[in-house]
Amino acid sequence: MYPADSTTFPAEATMHVSSNGKPVKNKVTMVVFSGDMDKVMAALIIATGAAASGMEVVMFFTFWGLKAIQKPNQATGKGLFGRMLGVMNRGGLDAIGPSRLNMGGMGRWMFKKMMKVKGVTPLTELYEMAVDLDVKMMPCQMSMDVMEFDPKNFQDNVTEPVGVATMLEHAAESKVQFFI
Amino acid sequence: MSDVIIVKSLDLKGLLCPMPVVKIAKAIKEVQPGEIIEAFATDPGVMADIPAWCRTTGNELITLEKQDKQFHFVVRRTR
Repeated sequence: MYPADSTTFPAEATMHVSSNGKPVKNKVTMVVFSGDMDKVMAALIIATGAAASGMEVVMFFTFWGLKAIQKPNQATGKGLFGRMLGVMNRGGLDAIGPSRLNMGGMGRWMFKKMMKVKGVTPLTELYEMAVDLDVKMMPCQMSMDVMEFDPKNFQDNVTEPVGVATMLEHAAESKVQFFI
Repeated sequence: MSDVIIVKSLDLKGLLCPMPVVKIAKAIKEVQPGEIIEAFATDPGVMADIPAWCRTTGNELITLEKQDKQFHFVVRRTR
């Protein structure tokens, strides 16, 4: 598949052209839809692993995924429902629970404890690592409007809100795409 | 292996995925192309992941071996 005299390495060789006519980059685009602890953890592990392997990484956070990029203890929402959502569904990496067996926070506590015993890197550290490795994080404007989140509720590294076309542009020029 | 001079040694013991790969990626940027680093890890995942990382990044895996309860590997930065 690669010319024998090629000086580029497989992950760098551009073999395809994206739908917008540009060469496909050594890049990962991820849609993080879930705000569950376990799924966000998978997303951050893939992101840090890809960045460490020399890939450009873009994470697009939408709906529940926005909870993962929220600062802790934010009072979100403007209307009644929005404020209710903010109270009942706390954001921030320490507040989100696993997709199964959360049991009102007991599951989160248990998983955190089990992960600590085994020496798994905590979510907050993984996040810092991702920021350090230049992983780009973008929030979805539309779901921010629906859930009444403000850009000031998000971590400092998060970019300005974007829409589906921005995500698709990144996805089109990426070698790997994930929806988590 | 007489020409192998290790300029940096990493202790990755106790770290689990994705940390060994993240740490080796950081460390390799801190040495010059051609220079060699080694690392010790306890995560059995490195047996598959370090060769994969080397193939992806183009760095040269010189050795990767299991020693008792740890794993030792040596990587040369290619460029």
